[in-house]
Amino acid sequence: MTAAAQGRQIVRIRYAKAGRIRFVGHRDVARLFERAMRKLRLPVAFTEGFSPRPKLSFGLALPVACESDAEYLDVELATPADLESLPADLTAALPDGFTVEAAIAIAPGQPSLQQAITSCDWSIEILGAADAGIRAAIDQVLTAPELPMERIRKGKPTVTDVRPAILHVECAGPTSDGVELVASLATETVSLRPAELVQLLGSVLGERTLSEGRIRRLKQWMIVDGARCEPVSPPGSSTRPALVRAS
Amino acid sequence: MTSVWPRLEPLLPKVQKPARYIGCEDGAAAKPPDPALVNWCFIYPDAYEIGLPNQGLQILYEIVNERPDGTADRSYAPWGDLEALMRAEGIPLFSVEHHTPGHEFDLLAFNLSAELTYTNLVNCIDLAGVPVRAADRTEGHPLIVAGGHCTYNPEPLADFLDAVVLGDGEEVVGEITELVAAHKGRPGATRASLLLALAGIESVYVPSLYDVTYDGPSVASITPRHPGVPAIVTKRTVADLADWPYPRNQLAPLTEVVHDRLNVEVFRGCTRGCRFCQAGMITRPVRERPADQVRTMVTSGLARTGYDEVTLTSLSTADYSDVSSLVEGIMDDSEAGGGPTVSVSLPSLRVDAFGVAIAAQLQRAKRSGLTFAPEAGTWRMRQVINKLVREEDLYEAVDAAYSQGWQRVKLYFLIGLPSETDEDTLGIARLAANVAEIGKRHNKRASCTASVGGFVPKPFTPFQWFGQNTTAELQRKVNLLKDATRGMKGVTLKWHDPRATLVEGIASRGDRRIGAVIEQVWRNGGTFQEWSEHFDLELWNQSMADHGLSIDDVVHRHRRPDEVLPWEHLSAGLHKDFLWQDWQDALAEVGLPDCRWTPCYDCGACTGYGVEHVVASAVPPAGGSQGTGQDLGTGGAVPVRLLGRRPEAVAG
Repeated sequence: MTAAAQGRQIVRIRYAKAGRIRFVGHRDVARLFERAMRKLRLPVAFTEGFSPRPKLSFGLALPVACESDAEYLDVELATPADLESLPADLTAALPDGFTVEAAIAIAPGQPSLQQAITSCDWSIEILGAADAGIRAAIDQVLTAPELPMERIRKGKPTVTDVRPAILHVECAGPTSDGVELVASLATETVSLRPAELVQLLGSVLGERTLSEGRIRRLKQWMIVDGARCEPVSPPGSSTRPALVRAS
Repeated sequence: MTSVWPRLEPLLPKVQKPARYIGCEDGAAAKPPDPALVNWCFIYPDAYEIGLPNQGLQILYEIVNERPDGTADRSYAPWGDLEALMRAEGIPLFSVEHHTPGHEFDLLAFNLSAELTYTNLVNCIDLAGVPVRAADRTEGHPLIVAGGHCTYNPEPLADFLDAVVLGDGEEVVGEITELVAAHKGRPGATRASLLLALAGIESVYVPSLYDVTYDGPSVASITPRHPGVPAIVTKRTVADLADWPYPRNQLAPLTEVVHDRLNVEVFRGCTRGCRFCQAGMITRPVRERPADQVRTMVTSGLARTGYDEVTLTSLSTADYSDVSSLVEGIMDDSEAGGGPTVSVSLPSLRVDAFGVAIAAQLQRAKRSGLTFAPEAGTWRMRQVINKLVREEDLYEAVDAAYSQGWQRVKLYFLIGLPSETDEDTLGIARLAANVAEIGKRHNKRASCTASVGGFVPKPFTPFQWFGQNTTAELQRKVNLLKDATRGMKGVTLKWHDPRATLVEGIASRGDRRIGAVIEQVWRNGGTFQEWSEHFDLELWNQSMADHGLSIDDVVHRHRRPDEVLPWEHLSAGLHKDFLWQDWQDALAEVGLPDCRWTPCYDCGACTGYGVEHVVASAVPPAGGSQGTGQDLGTGGAVPVRLLGRRPEAVAG
């Protein structure tokens, strides 16, 4: 039986993560959401079997120490809940630094967040770097026909051309400690993490390695019917969510 | 007061598990340290995930924060990666809530639960920017104090500690706060006068106010240096746990820790009289929390934290009077609440079918493993240690467990017990084999793990006079068991490293001369000795040798009956002649029934304090205290006195 046929509800939640709690890792965040939902007595559905688990499904892991304006999780509820009040209630039940911004019901059978997300936008601070140097490095990266990068995959060093993963990168200007970049990086086929982009710019610049400061995920993107959209639009935005509401 | 946060923050992306250092736990205090108040920093000298759940620390943390004259923050030993960065950047040890530097507090209060953390304690003092030796501290430095079970022999740490609290801390922490508050406001008050005043508080021991002389390997005398200082410091006992329903706001951490669930203490103390068990001896008498208060603490704790698991803590929870009704009540509350299924667990089980029945009541799903502690392999040995579990009790228990769906049984044993023979040691393998065989009758995949630890004779137990087995002897016994269990189907043997047992012996049996040894081990980098990857026996051997001390004298030597023990000037309330008699009874293989349900043996723990066992119900657990020959019958009431205003209802 499908979730809908059982009267279940799948809720997609959008939240922001900022401040000290950015040092809490992905698995711990999942535990915090489970605890918060139990505090609210939210009727979370459980997996069948010997050791039932709450049906929570998170999007792409946010690296520890990064902040985010756009994190997502799907939760299956055994009975429908009031989604109007859910964002504020969940925010109150979570530790300071988490802000739940929106919760919408989605139709059952959608691809999981892990499968659906194709790219992310990032704000990346590079410490101690000069504006001009970084702009030159960006130009080099963007004009390079290929960017071979050695990475450890399954315990073995492998060389990948990561150029296709860089969808966009630009220098947004100086910060108090360095330079801010805004980049759009792919998460599927060939993917690139923000810290790897910084490493890449450092190697293009030659002699010195760069170190990253604050990193913030700005957006996560998915493709629906050929168009790029966010899994849940930020509150107050005029664009309608791309997904069909379940009810 | 300042914060190290701006300097710490850029370092955190570079270290493992940075969530250890950010505070923000559910239940953490919002009250910042304030120069006008008495500011405590409670420190557990091990990694955050080990220290955070410590209930003793959390209780005192809350009590101080509720006081108008005090504040309390917490700190833990930073892991090596962060410590290296902190030392390079000149960042001191900080509290996790407000990131206040350690040296800005009035008191740094350490929880001492394990001897192998002693070098971490010294490291934390140093990292806090405070001289490690008490004698080198001056007016502006915080007081370094300690509490917890290890403080019954604080002598190895005497050089580093300004004051030590013996026993329950709930009352004393307030008395110290008042004293320090008065001191802060008094012009011309000195550190020396404060220490002298502290020594005047009942159960507070100030090591620097005592002179110790030695006679070869042993202590010759321990003498107070001032007339007002007590010759013997006795522990504090809170009479009724009902007055202290703490922690009210148990900390729910942001990152995974050990015992990551709600913990509710159902009683303190234990009267089984297991002779190897220091915790059981020093926490007497039994003080049970009223059942209705336990239920309230469980319900409100689960609702507040969002945990779906609660442990009812004590030294032997299945011995809680009328425990079945309590458990039933908790399960009813959970169902009535309509929330998700709550799982209730007990830290240890009684070795009998009754214990399994309780476990079955609690764990309706998730029946994976159960743990029992028969402690020794033969009835003779169990009589010596007064763990009066009969072999048939154990077999009945495991048969009940395997037949009701549990697949793995874990058995805890000690080796190196007084009068132990190879027959006793090998009895462990025999029991494990029989248990595994019982399991196979119910389930092909049934297994039994025998977990073996080396015995450390602890202060204030009847075995305090007994010389600990050498590392070689413990290893020989482990090898005997390895040989015996080889090829046994379904039996796995696990053992505690005998070298770590040796260092526990040095730290728990030594006198003040061990302080210099601990300091040298620390200076040579020997921190996190609780962690096998960091433990280094060679550092300890070298340091003992460098200070002309013999491990044999400190650890393996049997103490003479007339000898002044290093902890002679302290008291856990137990009469020394009671302990000596119990030691003689042990050697004569005479068991002693649970005194809660029998006449008093006058151990001293009740009479000396004008308190008594406080039980929540006159109904003892079915079968009484197992194996002690007490025939109490199932559910029968016995004529015990119920103390205090609670509980009103006597079942019957």
